[in-house]
Amino acid sequence: MNGRRATHSTAAPGPVPAAPAAKAREPMNVLIVGVGGQGVIMVSKALAWLAQSKGFEVKQSEVHGMAKRGGTVFSHVRFGPQVWSPTIAMGEADILIALEWAEGMRWLPYLRPESGVFLCDTKRIVPPFACLNRHPGAPMRYSRETPAEIREHVGEGYAIAATEIAEALGNERAANVVLLGALSTALDFPIADWEAAVAQFVPKKTLTVNLEAFRSGRDWIEQARLMTPVAEAPVEAQQPLTNAPGKVRLEITEEWCKSCDICVKLCPERCLRLNADRIVELADAETCTGCRLCEWLCPDFAIRVHFDEVALEGSRS
Amino acid sequence: MHATPEKTEPKQGQSQESRPLTGNEAIARGAWEAGVAVAAAYPGTPSTEILESLAQYPVEDLHAQWSTNEKVALDVAIGASFAGRRALAAMKHVGLNVAADAFMSHSYIGVNGGLVMAVCDDPGIHSSQNEQDTRIYGQLATVPVLEPSDAQEALDYTRLAFDLSETFDTAVIVRCTTRLSHTRSPVKVGPRKEHPSRGFNENPKKNVMIPAHAKLRHLAVLEREAKLQAYLETATINRWETGEPKFGIITAGTCYPYVREVLPEASVLKLGASWPLPENLLRRYCESVERVFVVEELEPVIERAVRALGFKVAGKEFFPRAGEFSPEVVRSGFEAAGVLAPRVKKPVWTPEPLARPPVLCAGCPHTSCFMAVRAAQVRVAGDIGCYTLACLDPLRGMDTTVAMGSSIGNAIGMSKAGDTKPVLATIGDSTFLHAGIPGLIDAVYNQANITVFLLDNHITAMTGGQDHPGTGKTLRGQDAPKIDYEALVRACGVSWVRTVDSYDLAQVYQTLREAIAHRGVSVVISNRPCVLDPVKIKGPALQVQSEHCNACQSCMNLGCPALTWGDTQFEGRHKVKIDTSLCIGCTLCAQVCTADAIKSIDGGLHVPVKA
Repeated sequence: MNGRRATHSTAAPGPVPAAPAAKAREPMNVLIVGVGGQGVIMVSKALAWLAQSKGFEVKQSEVHGMAKRGGTVFSHVRFGPQVWSPTIAMGEADILIALEWAEGMRWLPYLRPESGVFLCDTKRIVPPFACLNRHPGAPMRYSRETPAEIREHVGEGYAIAATEIAEALGNERAANVVLLGALSTALDFPIADWEAAVAQFVPKKTLTVNLEAFRSGRDWIEQARLMTPVAEAPVEAQQPLTNAPGKVRLEITEEWCKSCDICVKLCPERCLRLNADRIVELADAETCTGCRLCEWLCPDFAIRVHFDEVALEGSRS
Repeated sequence: MHATPEKTEPKQGQSQESRPLTGNEAIARGAWEAGVAVAAAYPGTPSTEILESLAQYPVEDLHAQWSTNEKVALDVAIGASFAGRRALAAMKHVGLNVAADAFMSHSYIGVNGGLVMAVCDDPGIHSSQNEQDTRIYGQLATVPVLEPSDAQEALDYTRLAFDLSETFDTAVIVRCTTRLSHTRSPVKVGPRKEHPSRGFNENPKKNVMIPAHAKLRHLAVLEREAKLQAYLETATINRWETGEPKFGIITAGTCYPYVREVLPEASVLKLGASWPLPENLLRRYCESVERVFVVEELEPVIERAVRALGFKVAGKEFFPRAGEFSPEVVRSGFEAAGVLAPRVKKPVWTPEPLARPPVLCAGCPHTSCFMAVRAAQVRVAGDIGCYTLACLDPLRGMDTTVAMGSSIGNAIGMSKAGDTKPVLATIGDSTFLHAGIPGLIDAVYNQANITVFLLDNHITAMTGGQDHPGTGKTLRGQDAPKIDYEALVRACGVSWVRTVDSYDLAQVYQTLREAIAHRGVSVVISNRPCVLDPVKIKGPALQVQSEHCNACQSCMNLGCPALTWGDTQFEGRHKVKIDTSLCIGCTLCAQVCTADAIKSIDGGLHVPVKA
């Protein structure tokens, strides 16, 4: 298995925490998060359906609209003898299930600091916004926390490679059901009822693979609980940048420029322009990344890109 | 504390009549049970699912339709009411602005068949342009506003609203909020009760608003308000839940569960109707407790009314006037007021959050349009739809966005005011049909020098893929006549019209350039379906031949979510890779690639065939 358990405690098999029963009248708070299109809502519907079938009052709340377009998606599920607020307050989620690593990081402050259970897919979906700084040497702006760091801050946490498990089963879209299987180890409902809930909410022709996914998720957590000590395997670390050149400088030979505008039109950073004399100039030195397109495309060799040797100041954010 | 709130009886042994419904589904169910015969709406988050849900009920029971805009939807519902049937119009809060003209006049007319308006506010601005408070519209029009606090009440109040509408001869607003619209909880449902037509009520003095009639009808409206107020003094939807007399809380709608979450045993006056307000009940309640709080989202509607009765109340000083409430917001308000002991705030470990705003989908046909718009270096008056997302990096292709259909009028004004750049309006197909056509006619009439970029993706995409007059399908999926945009635009008097293929970037660039060069009104129509609706489009994914990638980032300017950085670099810059699970093969990235490094898996390049 690729994911790793991220807690210190020695293995203590069995459902943890003994959820609804132990909490008496307090509702159980489960927060399910991910990125649009991953199946967050399916997980929350299945859980809500299951809880309602057990006679609990259930509230399941999500905000959609913009969600489909690759944005962050979250769904609050609360169940118990009586549920008032449809949303979970910060620091009061008993269980946080994240279908994407950075989304798990985003919502961690909602988890109960001492006792919360954190189930997070190691799947990384890097949004275009993480790639805005294109300067040489600039890192990707993606969450840098590792499971080892998370361990310090949650009651019990698992970084599970749910998407890889689902891929191995032949359908990466079943990753959400792998996590549902993981969730099933933290709540007191009979396994047959969980499987009925899965059957209720997945397309019929994918039922077999989804049931396999469910069992894989469940088995994975049970295995992880038995592993002592837990091996350390951080989420795929970011590649260090190599070959980062120096500061970019454009050398423009004005006499050779014939105002053809090719460099201006094709500059990816749109940092060139023609000046009042219709000669190319660097309008915005800050955004120039030194990609050399202007140098390569200029029919008259009027532009040269130099990288001056200066110490890199690291990333501009 | 010794309070016994009414809703604490155990919810065990629910009959199978109880099913999980969202607030929107519950409103639809309530309308169906109440015998609604005609329902109309224009889609708008968070209200959209009300009509989608109504369309699931048998066609023999009711006619349900998408209208071109909210005003038409309300007019349709009013027409059905004139004809003696029960009718519903659903809209989001800003939709009521569009419908307000009909709404205000109709208040004087009243109803024949019951008329209910389901209006969904969006506190917190999850998916809107503002967070206006519909309750104030109720006051303005002297129309009652019911505020359900959960899905069960959404159903019950909708049914009640039809009865009140007919009893008091008025339209009734059921005001929902995003949180209630999209929260699912168990609801006890019942059977439908048919309401046969009352027949057309031939009464011009009531139904034709000329000044002579309207003067008399205004007096009738004032009488109606007094009767409603008297009814609400004793109505069971206003619920007094007793508790200790040290302090009491007046609240309504979705704030109620937050109050109960934080103060389960306090004395609460839960108002089922936030307009008109039962003054005597409020007086008696305020006198029963030492200190009064009003907890309400957005505007201090109830707070001001209670203060006007001469009581000292606390409200907006502790509970904010902007944004959505939550248990945390309500708790911290009561902590600041000294009612709750402040919680010990432990330092919370917060990882640096990753910015993940919504983006245009991989293969979205709007992407190429905004690449071209940005290259054209024009002033861009934007409009409302998915393409509003193009205002963000890296497309950054929009200067203004106001309201549905505003782009064209705004562009006319910018151009007439002498903006130094060429002026362009971008507007989607559904938005154009909603409120763009009068703007276009205005541009032609006043001979404005603007270009209108009509972004036709064959669907109302932003709200989740609803049909409209340009799709050739109705709400119930039946075939319908299809709008011919070129013919429509020409009929408005535009002579320069071209249609382009959104996936042919060179054609889009070139046509847009020609359109901008044209003096007078020019219209460019981009033509490719949304990649999500009505069918999810997925062609063969492309891949980056990494050894050829020069990391110039030209493709990253598309802002395509399928494009991301790979593990290798060129001169310190990240080479690009394609997430094949997201890529639909639109080929736009290949078209902008300066190194010809992006190919289909088989090494070729195939622009998707047009449907």
